[in-house]
Amino acid sequence: MLKVEQLSAHYGGIHALQGIALDVPDGSIVSLIGANGAGKSTTLKSIVGLVKPSRGTVTWNGEVLTGLPTKDIVSRGVCLVPEGRHVFPNLTVDENLTLGAYSRSDKPGIAADREKVFGLFPRLKERVSQKAGTLSGGEQQMLAVGRALMTRPRLLMMDEPSLGLAPLIVKMIFDIVKAINAEGVTVLLVEQNAKAALEIADYGYVLETGRITFHGPGKDLLKDDRVRHAYLGEAHA
Amino acid sequence: MTLALFLQHLANALSLGSLYALIAIGYTMVYGILRLINFAHGDVFMLGAYLAFYAVATFLLPWWAAFLLAILVTALFGVVLERVAYRPLRDSPRISVMISAIGASFLIENVGIVVFGGRPKGVLVPDVMNVKLGLGGVSVMSVSVVIPVLTFVVLAILLWVVHRTKTGMAMRAVSTDLDAARLQAIDVNRIISFTFGAGSLLAAVGGIMWSYKYPQLNPLMGTMPGLKCFIAAVIGGIGSIQGAVLGGFLLGGIELLTVAFLPTLTGYRDAFAFVLLIVVLLVKPSGLLGGRHVEKV
Repeated sequence: MLKVEQLSAHYGGIHALQGIALDVPDGSIVSLIGANGAGKSTTLKSIVGLVKPSRGTVTWNGEVLTGLPTKDIVSRGVCLVPEGRHVFPNLTVDENLTLGAYSRSDKPGIAADREKVFGLFPRLKERVSQKAGTLSGGEQQMLAVGRALMTRPRLLMMDEPSLGLAPLIVKMIFDIVKAINAEGVTVLLVEQNAKAALEIADYGYVLETGRITFHGPGKDLLKDDRVRHAYLGEAHA
Repeated sequence: MTLALFLQHLANALSLGSLYALIAIGYTMVYGILRLINFAHGDVFMLGAYLAFYAVATFLLPWWAAFLLAILVTALFGVVLERVAYRPLRDSPRISVMISAIGASFLIENVGIVVFGGRPKGVLVPDVMNVKLGLGGVSVMSVSVVIPVLTFVVLAILLWVVHRTKTGMAMRAVSTDLDAARLQAIDVNRIISFTFGAGSLLAAVGGIMWSYKYPQLNPLMGTMPGLKCFIAAVIGGIGSIQGAVLGGFLLGGIELLTVAFLPTLTGYRDAFAFVLLIVVLLVKPSGLLGGRHVEKV
């Protein structure tokens, strides 16, 4: 269980997060939606230690993560697929996956996970020795997810996985998220594609300019008038 | 000019180019990973030469033991330099780190003047480096053969580490995307330390070999080679190891061959490096082997 309490973060003079709180129970899919600049990415980066929060704590199964270096947070099973994929373009698909397992030393486990990733994304297997920079956007997203799975995460956080992808690929990515979750991996999803994100979510949070304004089960948020008006592009009923 | 004389100049150019390549690799590796021009790199080169000198002159070690000891201590020095002068500024604007690098360079040079003395020191060149080799009218010192051979051995090891080991893979990852590397649980600080250590070790190899070829030391001896090898790295495409090697050989070759064919211009030999830099920057600003990264959105 991931617990975020009173989390605040600043960029220079900008107060990007103003004391947010959220819970991600084990085995669930939780979606965090909101407009551009609401602080969604900052939340994820603060959890994983890429941004140092100015206040508040993040605890993971009772252990405080705040203040730990990113590598220690990732090796505890909390992992982020960053916005814009950020695969290593000058490394091959194979090397990208190997780096995902950088901190692990259980060779049979790594080999098994690699096969699992190839099972989820057969396309990656076809392109295993190709440089990641030559892949299409969708393939890069598959690689970013596959690389994250190689860390053997217990909490997988994804930042805008649908950004800039064709609808068919988006559907595939969301299906994979569900499949990963079905295997027991907890998922924290950040999306601008609010409808898709809330549809697969057990629970949802809406973030506006650094504050959580609504939260509730995904299905309830989908029906909520204010959420529908602001994020789902529907007029008031 | 006779063929023999030309070949002799060529042999010299090859060994000078090797030395430039060894030093240029250090610039390019550090730049590749931190986007930092390590201005103190030439002084690390100087330090390596002095350490080997004292190991022989004061501690009476055999030359090969002095060589090994000096390159290891210099590598350690590179690691400490990064820890003290660059790491605290990791999140500062790039200009601050650059100023810190310039400061580190002046500090090392001036401490060198105080500790080593400003007067040049004569190096005792080991006998194996001082054998005159003759082949059909071409005669070169053995050191001029050892240098290119050693360079290629060291280069082969380095390329193997960078392309075939997990640490090398992590280095390439850190150099393209620091945060993404952190997200793979890579210990970025350890990789950066390793890079500084490796670059400084190569600079020490270069410095010691330099002192066998031009057997005189002074605390400012690293300034000009340091500057030229920075140029070599830029010409080859900064960030690329192969580029740094190419740049080093180009620079050494053009410098010595110009001296050979246009002896009246010998006084301008250092200027050729800078002319070459300007030409390359005008024609191909990313350097001869410098790549462009296309980012897909």
